Amino acid sequence: MAPILRINDLRKTYDGGFEALKGVTLDIEEGEILALLGPNGAGKTTLISTLCGNTLPTGGSATVGGHDILKDYRAARSMIGLVPQEIALEPFEKVINTVRLTRGLFGKGRDDALVEKILRQLSLWDKRDTPTKALSGGMKRRVLIAKALVHEPRVLFLDEPTAGVDVALRKGMWDTVAELKASGVTIILTTHYLEEAEAMADRIGVIQKGELLLVEEKAALMKRLGRKKLTVQLRSPLSEVPAALSGFDLELAEEGHALVYTYDSQAERTGITRLLAALAEAGVGLADLSTHQSSLEEIFVDLVGEDAA
Amino acid sequence: MNLHAIGAIYRYEMARFFRTIFQSFLSPVISTSLYFVVFGTAIGSRIDSVEGVSYGAFIVPGLIMLAVIQQALNNAAFAIYFPRFTGTFYEVLTAPVNFLEVVAGYVGAAATKALFIGVVILGTSTLFVDISIQHPLAMVAFLLLTGISFSLFGFIIGIWAKSFEQLQLIPMLIVMPLIFLGGSFYSISMLPPLWQKITLFNPVVYLISGFRWSFFGAADVPVALSLAAICGFTALALGVIWWIFRTGWRLRS
Repeated sequence: MAPILRINDLRKTYDGGFEALKGVTLDIEEGEILALLGPNGAGKTTLISTLCGNTLPTGGSATVGGHDILKDYRAARSMIGLVPQEIALEPFEKVINTVRLTRGLFGKGRDDALVEKILRQLSLWDKRDTPTKALSGGMKRRVLIAKALVHEPRVLFLDEPTAGVDVALRKGMWDTVAELKASGVTIILTTHYLEEAEAMADRIGVIQKGELLLVEEKAALMKRLGRKKLTVQLRSPLSEVPAALSGFDLELAEEGHALVYTYDSQAERTGITRLLAALAEAGVGLADLSTHQSSLEEIFVDLVGEDAA
Repeated sequence: MNLHAIGAIYRYEMARFFRTIFQSFLSPVISTSLYFVVFGTAIGSRIDSVEGVSYGAFIVPGLIMLAVIQQALNNAAFAIYFPRFTGTFYEVLTAPVNFLEVVAGYVGAAATKALFIGVVILGTSTLFVDISIQHPLAMVAFLLLTGISFSLFGFIIGIWAKSFEQLQLIPMLIVMPLIFLGGSFYSISMLPPLWQKITLFNPVVYLISGFRWSFFGAADVPVALSLAAICGFTALALGVIWWIFRTGWRLRS
């Protein structure tokens, strides 16, 4: 089956000369959830805006369901729903009217049953006659999702759906996304939380400075990113790793005052218990222990380093 | 043609109008009544008649034009500026619509509101003066074309404006003087000879003259010229909007 979204060498240079997208190529299969991970200013929003028609590309091409986003924009855009990063709603309009407006804009006739179903699904039905300015932040974001879904899109873009949303709502958002996936919608979401990508995505793409550094199955990437370091502070410095511990992935650090053990936190057995037992057996005195997981920033640095090598 | 989109925008914009129907209705009634008290009664009692029409009746077409032009400009400019200001315009930009559909929705609603106000003023004025309309079809045509063309102009202002202050700038600084100097309250023949020539550069003169002709059968400039001027203005405004959507100027980055 052909990918539902094909992005081919898509480029965007803003008028000021800023190169936000430096040739992004990516295929997205129907029904999958792809998370685009990247720091602020990486080009995540520009990529989404360009695919949706908010921003005009300066090079490359993209198709949605085989329809070119520029030449055949009507067919392409009809298939897309967008939940923008910024909450933007007309303050004085009722929830249900703003949802109906979007359906009409996308060329669909009035369908009260569908509107009710979507509003109920997003726990907004009781608020349908409330002006949007009277809603809480989380509700406003759900209104944006309702608007994005009401024309029955096959591809849904969620630009940082949980930015500024509290923990409980974030979990609710993840559940909503899972339900949408179950209904067959293809979802592309951006985030800068690794945890969020992990919770929702099938595949994860890492984008930085307008370039897609990698796209991988979540399981493979998590394994790669899931490495942790255990630092063992020693009572007395060592000149080398004792021979009895040669079976472990150990390095000496801090001029012999610490041992660093690298392990896979996702693995069934981390080897930490064995290591500690071996250390005691070898008579190495411990002063302190600490573990450290690579932050997203460090992962980026690693990725850039690998690409350069 | 995405007719659903045109209808959706139109209904959404009209809903805004109906939310404030009281103000929308009351303010033109009050301002028109004031104009009649000041110009029609206080000043008009000292003017016998203009071109064979009582002064009170003579200013009716001008008053209607004044309101229709202002309402069309402001409604259309606000309708397009407000979603840009609140950020909700993204959904129009990402919808499967072309520029004509967007314009038809927004301008259609703005023109409808302007025409509604025009009719309200016409109705109010009958409380003060006797009015007969000699060419009703032409009157409706002039009203429609004026409402549409100035809504188009307002649409452009709403896209051009970067702040609420700028939104008011052109209507206040340029359009208002043009309307007042366009013969809303006087006949061009009442001006000194030099000003009679200069005033012909004011496009509003052609609108008011043609509109007044539809009431009283007398015009400052030929009716065909009036019609050509307003059609030309409409075409120009549409052309500018077509260019805006083609290039994405102030709409798409």
